[in-house]
Amino acid sequence: MKKKKIIQLLGFLVLRACLYTVLAIIFLFLYDIGKKGGGAVSWEFLTQPPRRGMTEGGIFPAIMGTFLVTMVTAVLAIPLGMFAAIYLNEYAKQNRLTRVIRLSIRNLSGVPSIVYGLFGVILFVNIFRFGTSILSAGMTLGLLTLPWTITASEEALKTVPNSYREGALALGATKWQAIRTNVLPYAIPGMLTGTVLGLARAAGETAPIMFTGAAFYLPSLPRSLGDQFMALPYHLYIMATQHHAIEQVRPLAYGTALVLIVLVLSINMGAIVTRYRMRRKRRW
Amino acid sequence: MVPKRMREVRLSRLKEEGIKAFFFTNGVLAVVVLVGIFGLLLSTAIPAFKEIPVREFLASKTWDPTSPEKAQYGILSMIVSTLMVTAGALLIAMPVGLGVASYLSDVAHWRVREVVKPIIEILAGIPSVVVGFLGIVLFGPVIAKIFHTGHGLNAANGSFLLAIMALPTIISLSEDSLNAVPLSYAEASLALGASRWQTLIRVKIPAALSGIIASFMLGMGRAIGETMTVLMATGNARSFPHGFLDSIRTMTANIAIELGEVPYHTTHYYGLFAIGLVLFILTFIVNLVADVILSKYQQREQ
Amino acid sequence: MDITPKIETRDLNFYYGRSQVLKSINLVCAEHHVTAIIGPSGCGKSTFIRTFNRMNDVIPGARVEGQILLDGENINLPAVDVVELRRRVGMVFQKPNPFPKSIFDNVASGLRINGIKDRAMIEDAVEKSLKEAVLWDEVKDRLRENAFALSGGQQQRLCIARALAVKPEAILFDEPCSAIDPVATAKIEDLIIKLKKNYTVVIVTHNMQQAARVSDYTAFLMLGDLIEFDKTEKIFTNPAKRLTEDYITGRFG
Repeated sequence: MKKKKIIQLLGFLVLRACLYTVLAIIFLFLYDIGKKGGGAVSWEFLTQPPRRGMTEGGIFPAIMGTFLVTMVTAVLAIPLGMFAAIYLNEYAKQNRLTRVIRLSIRNLSGVPSIVYGLFGVILFVNIFRFGTSILSAGMTLGLLTLPWTITASEEALKTVPNSYREGALALGATKWQAIRTNVLPYAIPGMLTGTVLGLARAAGETAPIMFTGAAFYLPSLPRSLGDQFMALPYHLYIMATQHHAIEQVRPLAYGTALVLIVLVLSINMGAIVTRYRMRRKRRW
Repeated sequence: MVPKRMREVRLSRLKEEGIKAFFFTNGVLAVVVLVGIFGLLLSTAIPAFKEIPVREFLASKTWDPTSPEKAQYGILSMIVSTLMVTAGALLIAMPVGLGVASYLSDVAHWRVREVVKPIIEILAGIPSVVVGFLGIVLFGPVIAKIFHTGHGLNAANGSFLLAIMALPTIISLSEDSLNAVPLSYAEASLALGASRWQTLIRVKIPAALSGIIASFMLGMGRAIGETMTVLMATGNARSFPHGFLDSIRTMTANIAIELGEVPYHTTHYYGLFAIGLVLFILTFIVNLVADVILSKYQQREQ
Repeated sequence: MDITPKIETRDLNFYYGRSQVLKSINLVCAEHHVTAIIGPSGCGKSTFIRTFNRMNDVIPGARVEGQILLDGENINLPAVDVVELRRRVGMVFQKPNPFPKSIFDNVASGLRINGIKDRAMIEDAVEKSLKEAVLWDEVKDRLRENAFALSGGQQQRLCIARALAVKPEAILFDEPCSAIDPVATAKIEDLIIKLKKNYTVVIVTHNMQQAARVSDYTAFLMLGDLIEFDKTEKIFTNPAKRLTEDYITGRFG
């Protein structure tokens, strides 16, 4: 009897140790970047371009580039993801085609990001002749986020009770009227929140943009969607591994990492908190 | 009057059909993209095999496309590197991930769970380039010190980082499947006098096994396809790896390094897409297996 | 009293996948009368009245055979405009399902769906419908409030008002009181009796007393078969079939 208890105690202790290890690593990550990156980040760092062979100055063009490319991603992924989700949740019948679509979506979310990069090089850079540009990179990221936005949008549609659809149909609404007036208004906030989470992840991606438009260094800001751009994640990669004076620019790399992580995590947190609030406020 | 009404009805039906067709087009887009990725990779990779025998490509250890004497295109070293770093990652992430999942589902107070789950979501949100950076600045020196290697950029470092990146997937999916085990199973076991620990080990984990295995598979898929972390933290050595303290270069890292420098439409260029194709097929299979396990599991649930 | 058939089914069969849910049902719902459909749960009552406004169309795997006549015209044909049909045959559901909008917008939603934009017309119709549903006095000062602020019984009357606003000819009630307390139920029953002056009413209920109180005709359905259909009085005092008697005397249920 006693032995049983001791074993249980030890067992639970091991499990707890697992959790604490993981938490410790997360805190170590955040602490290290926060502390060393905090020293590098300043107003100048955020608003100035890099100077002197990127050994001084800031990361403004990279912030700008990431912002622009994420906009392109959003323009592509948000509507496509929503429309696909509307098809799956509102129109699709339970048949083989639907199963194939769902299987494809799950598989797309498992395709390595560098493979999306290769795909982007062939399709957008070469076949569509967008060249290495914001447009190519943004669209590549758009496809990458598609499975996430579809899934998130469908989750949001599922929270709208069926009685809303039936109620509208019983009043003589066509299917689309029922969706438009009695489903979408209640689903769109959730769809957007889920989609924003996907966009935050896209903003932090490096491999898909390396060959579709991100540049090592640019003396000026991009003037159109056809231009190359600097991006935060790629800039961090450069500063961490490709720079000619790696040790010297380490603080700048830390600063870049901090800005990137704050950007991605704050969007994440914002979306998670919004989702939580919406769930609590929901009356149905 | 009547004919007009008929026309209106027909028009409104046509509109409804049009709207449905529009959403349908978007719905099948996922299939189109998936098939498109495969098709374009395949068609770009095929020219490579005009010059490289498939056997050499898969079985030779030497990848040296820029050699002035004789270019060689063997990716065995990269495949082994990828599998090695993935195996190392799973060796760490499987027990730790399952441990955390068990703790959250069976031991922790629900308040602890409410706090911990978002924190683990944070981990999932950290961009891989940042994880790779931390591999260089944080874990590299530690590994170098412990094992007395000149630098710490090697397979061990990569495995460790990939393990961390696979953890959120493994934890959340395993926890879900542990929670899905019917309460009656646990109650039956507890009523027989088993401790909570025994119940967890002998009843709950076996009952949730397919979900847990699926979570391992998905974590594995993620590790195989991960690029930036391994690119930055594993040292980029093209040679065949012999141990975890060797520097390595995975398939993903090799594409990332060379695609930027290779001239278009050369055998080398096509060869990189061939590596991409291998990568695509490998992750596709892993994800498909996970999917089959999961869907069987869900069917049984119903 | 003269009886005009409003809704009539002829050899109505309903299949869900491979199983047959309704078996060759012949029934007439008289205009300006209340027809109640009773029977043990799972007997196909709800499925049955949902064929009257073709709400089963949205269920995957459902198949309807036979004729359903509305004013003598078969509505169970592919060419029939279900949207128009549902405007003519309104429906109130088991659980009150107000939309998460204001009280006013709930009642107006059917009108807006049907393309009416004129504000005065909508306001007029909302007021009329709410009065008809005996809800006006309770909500007239708070039409802008969210419908969820109402009690369950009020919500159900709101749903009735919403259905009335599009001026249907018949209204289907699918166990309208199953989620509502007795006092609120009594109000809704009174309302149903009043409604038959202007509408044809069909009500599904598992509550036999309710059927006895509100209906003129009662149909007893069991396992997809129409066991007996007659004047309510007759069904409850002198049923022809043994099964009916067993059911209404509470020997099974």
